[in-house]
Amino acid sequence: MSAVETKPLLQRPGTRLAIRYAIAIVLTVIFVFPIYWLFMISFKTPAEIFAFPPKWYASKLQFGNYVGLFKDGDAVSVLNSLILAGTSTVIAMVLGTMAAYSLVRFKTGGENLAVWIISQRMVPPIAIIFPVFLLYVFFGWVDTYHGLIILYTAFNLPYVIWMMRGYIEDIPLELEESALVDGWTRWQVLWRVVFPMARTGLFATAVFTFVFAWNDFIFALVLTRTEVITYTVQVTHYFGGQSNFWAKIAAMSVLGTLPVFVAVAFMQRYLVRGISMGAVKG
Amino acid sequence: MTVTTIDSATASRAPDRNFKYWVIAPAIFLLLLVGLFPLVYSLIISFQHLTMTEADTSFVGLKNYAHLFVDTRLWESLLHTVIITVIALPLELVFGMAMAQLFLERMPGRQIFVSLLMLPVVISPIVAGATWRLLLDNRYGPINQIIGWFAGHPMTLLWNVNPNLVYPAIIFCEIWQWTPFMFLILLAALSNVDKSLTEAAEIDGAGYWRVFFKIVLPSIWPVMAIALLIRGLDLVRIFDIIWSLTAGGPGTMTETISIYTYVQGFSQFETSYTAAIAFLVIALLTVIVTWAIRRMGLAK
Repeated sequence: MSAVETKPLLQRPGTRLAIRYAIAIVLTVIFVFPIYWLFMISFKTPAEIFAFPPKWYASKLQFGNYVGLFKDGDAVSVLNSLILAGTSTVIAMVLGTMAAYSLVRFKTGGENLAVWIISQRMVPPIAIIFPVFLLYVFFGWVDTYHGLIILYTAFNLPYVIWMMRGYIEDIPLELEESALVDGWTRWQVLWRVVFPMARTGLFATAVFTFVFAWNDFIFALVLTRTEVITYTVQVTHYFGGQSNFWAKIAAMSVLGTLPVFVAVAFMQRYLVRGISMGAVKG
Repeated sequence: MTVTTIDSATASRAPDRNFKYWVIAPAIFLLLLVGLFPLVYSLIISFQHLTMTEADTSFVGLKNYAHLFVDTRLWESLLHTVIITVIALPLELVFGMAMAQLFLERMPGRQIFVSLLMLPVVISPIVAGATWRLLLDNRYGPINQIIGWFAGHPMTLLWNVNPNLVYPAIIFCEIWQWTPFMFLILLAALSNVDKSLTEAAEIDGAGYWRVFFKIVLPSIWPVMAIALLIRGLDLVRIFDIIWSLTAGGPGTMTETISIYTYVQGFSQFETSYTAAIAFLVIALLTVIVTWAIRRMGLAK
């Protein structure tokens, strides 16, 4: 599409670039505005939130809404989310990578097992949550950390296995072979060769696994009561009172969103591969 | 494919013999516990008649399944789910594709735009719904304000109550959050298209659309298919955004299959009937997904 001879104004490279910039800026403003608004509300005073016509920015940065969340103890739900998502991510990464290694290097269970594992990911949460709830009532696991950790781990395993399969395939086989020839056991090879070699893949996959668990709502809604409430459930607790709790909704949402923004900022390179379940190798 | 097993590297030593099973066993166990067990258990209780007050475990045959057919609220909720899916999915695809085309050619600062545009994707859908609830508030939300500027007089549209506006509200939120998902995947896929092919076609005089449909689209199809599958499945089980925005209301107008199942199970406590619904959903989706995965060659 290079312009060789003189073209009409609209087709000149400079004009084209200007138009593309204009569209890009408008699009970005549209997509970022809701996030901006959420953050702004969290900094506004109640008077500013309920000003009419709406105020487009907070007059000054004040953290009163956040202080409120810490004072009445609601902020502990963010800590719960951290414990649940963090622990389940570590377990899912270890178990999932082990399973992926077995699938890649030994073809365990053949194609059918791999298909069955990924199909587990596709089962809608609402369809399994009800029997899981009954099971958990029976075990006394409702509103416990380990109950949700087990559920998040299991729910994320297919994703971890699927992603790590791709990363393990990229590890050169010779390294593992020479370690075996040197007399290492397979367990040693797994821990000292495969895990270290796959570390970038591990790290990238872990971030997404964490985000999935962190952003979960439906499992936490059903399986928490008071003790291990996550931030997503906490946000919905503010919905009832006819817009009285806007400051809390916004501040709690921001507390729950910032860590994800930070985590993903470090993972830009892997973002597409991560969200497309490896369909695009990056 | 080259040989990728390493069985031959060592004559199987005693501690290693069952290694390949030991490493996969914990994962399989968890998947059976949380994946297969609920499936079987659902199936069993769906043939009983359990409610919150009724603990009788005798079997009632296909009674619950028969009831599925006359439950209009169930079919309406399926219809709502389909409506949201068939509107939102093509829009996300088309907008995502248009945005990917816009950013395909290099431009200074492209990475900054892309980084900002991807933010909605990683937000929790519950938070996304809550954010739009605040944006769409009839009095204090900025959207009515902006619409008022264009209309020339103040607008007080009741986005999460008015029957004509609840679907647009849900779909705006849905599209806002997930168009960037399509955009990111399609941008990556488009960047991998072999430039020499498209340039050769252009030199041969093929127009933009012809090149797009004959060369570009077939080569990004595998990736696009996966993106559509992932988004399609997410849309079919849509719950969080609706819970935040309308909670299924007004009445049951925006109740999707996930919301309806939740209501049956956790506010009506129709234990057995919920299991029947859940099993219907699982059965439907399992068939569709297994077929789609094999069909699209994803299981490679």
